[in-house]
Amino acid sequence: MTFLFDLFAQAAQMALVLALAPVLIGFTRKVKARLLRRRGPPLLQPWYDLIRLLRKDVVLAHDASWLYRAAPYLIFSTTWVAASLVPTFATGLMFGWIADLIALTALLGAARFFLALAGMDVGTSFGGIGSSRETMFGSLAEPATIMIAFIVSLIAGSTQLSEVAAYMASDFALRVSVLFALIGLIIVAIAENGRIPVDNPATHLELTMVHEAMILEYSGRHLAIIEMASALKLLLYVSLIGCIFFPFGIAPPDGSLADMGYGVAFYVVKIFVAGFLLALFEVSTAKMRIFRVSDFLGAALMLGLLGTLLVFVTRSL
Amino acid sequence: MPLYLALLCVGALIGVGVASIRYKDRADVTRLVYGLTGGLCAAIFLAVIVPRGAHVLQTTLPLGLPWIGMRFRIDALSAFFLAVVNLGGAAASVYAIGYGAHEKSPMRVLPFFPAFIAGMNGVVMADDAFTFLVAWEFMSLSSWALVISHHDHAENRAAAYIYLLMASFGTFCLLMAFGVLGGATGAHDFDTIRAIPKDAWKSGLVLALVILGAGSKAGLVPLHIWLPLAHPAAPSHVSALMSGVMTKVAIYGFIRMAFDLLGPPAFWWSIHPLAFGAASALIGVLFATVQSDLKKLLAYSTIENVGIIFVALGLALAFKANGQALPAALAFTAALFHVFNHALFKSTLFFGAGAVLGATGEKNIEKLGGLIRSMPKTAFVFLGGCMAIAALPPLNGFVSEWLVFQAILLSPSLPQWILKLLTPAVGVTLALSAALGAGAYVRAFGVVFLGRPRSDAAEQAQETDQWSLRAMFALIALCLLAGITPSFMIDTISPAAAEYVGGRMPAQSQIGWFTIAPIAESRSSYNGLLVFAFIGLSAFAMAQTIKKFFPRPLRRAPPWDCGYVDPTPASQYTASSFAQPVRRALGAVAFSAREKLDMPLPGETRAAHFSVEIGDRFIDYIYAPLTKAVLFCAGRLNVVNFLSIQEYIALVFAALVFLLILVAL
Repeated sequence: MTFLFDLFAQAAQMALVLALAPVLIGFTRKVKARLLRRRGPPLLQPWYDLIRLLRKDVVLAHDASWLYRAAPYLIFSTTWVAASLVPTFATGLMFGWIADLIALTALLGAARFFLALAGMDVGTSFGGIGSSRETMFGSLAEPATIMIAFIVSLIAGSTQLSEVAAYMASDFALRVSVLFALIGLIIVAIAENGRIPVDNPATHLELTMVHEAMILEYSGRHLAIIEMASALKLLLYVSLIGCIFFPFGIAPPDGSLADMGYGVAFYVVKIFVAGFLLALFEVSTAKMRIFRVSDFLGAALMLGLLGTLLVFVTRSL
Repeated sequence: MPLYLALLCVGALIGVGVASIRYKDRADVTRLVYGLTGGLCAAIFLAVIVPRGAHVLQTTLPLGLPWIGMRFRIDALSAFFLAVVNLGGAAASVYAIGYGAHEKSPMRVLPFFPAFIAGMNGVVMADDAFTFLVAWEFMSLSSWALVISHHDHAENRAAAYIYLLMASFGTFCLLMAFGVLGGATGAHDFDTIRAIPKDAWKSGLVLALVILGAGSKAGLVPLHIWLPLAHPAAPSHVSALMSGVMTKVAIYGFIRMAFDLLGPPAFWWSIHPLAFGAASALIGVLFATVQSDLKKLLAYSTIENVGIIFVALGLALAFKANGQALPAALAFTAALFHVFNHALFKSTLFFGAGAVLGATGEKNIEKLGGLIRSMPKTAFVFLGGCMAIAALPPLNGFVSEWLVFQAILLSPSLPQWILKLLTPAVGVTLALSAALGAGAYVRAFGVVFLGRPRSDAAEQAQETDQWSLRAMFALIALCLLAGITPSFMIDTISPAAAEYVGGRMPAQSQIGWFTIAPIAESRSSYNGLLVFAFIGLSAFAMAQTIKKFFPRPLRRAPPWDCGYVDPTPASQYTASSFAQPVRRALGAVAFSAREKLDMPLPGETRAAHFSVEIGDRFIDYIYAPLTKAVLFCAGRLNVVNFLSIQEYIALVFAALVFLLILVAL
């Protein structure tokens, strides 16, 4: 019976992230529009868009190989697996132990690997631009994430996200290194999800785009899957920040159904707050030049390194 | 028994090399030599993977110097490295049964190939300084002969020359190291050397010599300069062996000296492997990011991986010196696991590069492209190799890097301040090089196999032969297997760890479900099998759902490309344009990258020209001044060439007196 309940909780988690990811995108768009005194599309518009895309034919370039067709599924599934490993409404879920924070970073790295390859597959110059830039961002964002993982796991004594969340919830103390990790992770999240000021998810201006350039040739269901994956990725980062730094209301490992209900409520509130803050940040800033992004991400990397050094040094005092 | 069998096989390998000269006119000599070599390697591999318990096998053969003989020994560490060497050797032989048919002058390769493998086996089994050095030199010289096998290209001759210089330098350093170890007692067998007590300056000196000697063979920065020259020069199955296996034999040499012969370590021993390892990891991967010669790219990435292994070994030394057996075992296991993994995927990648070279005659990736359509199987395997080396789960490269990170996460418990400051820096370097490495392989695979063909050669490429494919598929299958069932590998390494760092990781295969949890499950755990299954299942579920509810047809059309019609493949992103952001961001500091743009003035009709020059600062700042100094001294000493016979005799006499005084002191 416990087994079935655990299985149910895990499945609920996976379904929840899938259902909420486009909603988060829709909410952010809505808030952005309202802040700009526009009405904005409905909250569920991303879902409508996905379904509309799924109902369309796939138009594939003549030169596209099997990798081009397989990539969306691989990108989606690695992102989904990563997203379902992050504690959202409950810690200690059934399969939470199969990968830790470092493995999660690597899973996202795998998704990026395939996305960048897909961008190069058709052999157009725009795809190459996107892949090349994405690779540069990734090669700074990924080490920054690992350093942040170092900080939190050194403090919590574990790289397991469930353990980290449980530790942070039980022993919440303001530490400088945790603050560094938080700022670093926010920078990484902005860059990794192609948000303003790094990339503009709404643009089709060729020379400024990164993510869109890579998926320019995708259409129909392939595009829908990739859009879903990128929505999941945004939700993943929001959940990650939520569960590490604001682990309030997360149900404990052996939590009852009521605990989990509270957990879901808290989680939904958290992601709406995050969506609101993201929208606020995006309307108040401008996109930066591509070569300044390395400074922006370099700051995250330095914060990560400084934080790790602090933890290393203060451990012995 | 396994020891005698292995020695017999090594003897047979040399015999095969010699016999190939005798039977060089037979039509099937290539197949025969590679077939026999592969068989012998497989025999040694099978002999050493038989569980031996804690037995150490030892023997003395009446060979070599009179009254001294040659001592051989197999313990857990030797057995592990023998397995790696012979697995790589067997795969390279199988690959070469097909690939070797392209060889224009087979007799420049055939006699040396089995001898090279025999030399590497000899190093790993040697139990005295004499045998070790003889085998080491055997390995170096036979690989040198293989590097120069395509001697009609001037650059290959230059590569072989530099390789010979660096190899001699390395052997010289190791010779000195054994000299210092043996000291006045003149001990040369490892048992006696182990028993000699060492003081601090002596072990420091030996350690420095070993880092120079083994490090130059492994390709540790700044001793790496021969590696990106020699690996592309050799035939691809030899490059695979040199890169995937020979560098590992050098690492074995380092482990044998630093963890075994030198006795209990001091904490400062770890500083050099940590610092040089981290530097190698970062510099190697940076250079890999900007190379446009495929084999050179792979060679630079070997430097990166050697760096990662040295970092893990440095951590193991640091933990061992501080009596922390469990973390030391973790770091040591991570190092050996990465040794195994790198041998697998780097061989695969070199095989793939060889297949591409064979099909197109092209090493320059700027002229390739679109090979995924003409060489689908090679492309598939190469993609797997790229994923493995880019440390993407669920393949094996990720597991060993994960273990290294776990070891770094344990290092705040090290009491020394210098290590406390060094390890986070090493950690960030490793994280950075892992991410850059993934980018370098996106670029390598993307430019070579994806997009549209950039030359006729790439357009007309044909899939490579069956034997080559067999070798590649076997290795990539092992990569996946080691990635999803890492607990077996860790348990296989644990006897060696117990022997050399005095600690064992908890038995991983008892955790179940192929999970690994190096310290405790609440601390960190990873399950490659389930990650693999989950990725597969969710992709499958997605595909099925779409197929069921939204079955839409698929049609082909020209690419949209924002409405921009481009008929030529030259408008694609090339390898150098792909690397441009990284080159811009780091080029000025890391490598002396110079972009030259020759833009015609308005009205001129000539073509614009763009070129990138990448220089190696180590050559500019270390090797160039060194060469200059040597040439200067040689010029000064040139006078000695023109002395009379009396002056020569006087000179020799003076030298004799000087040496006698030195000995008397």
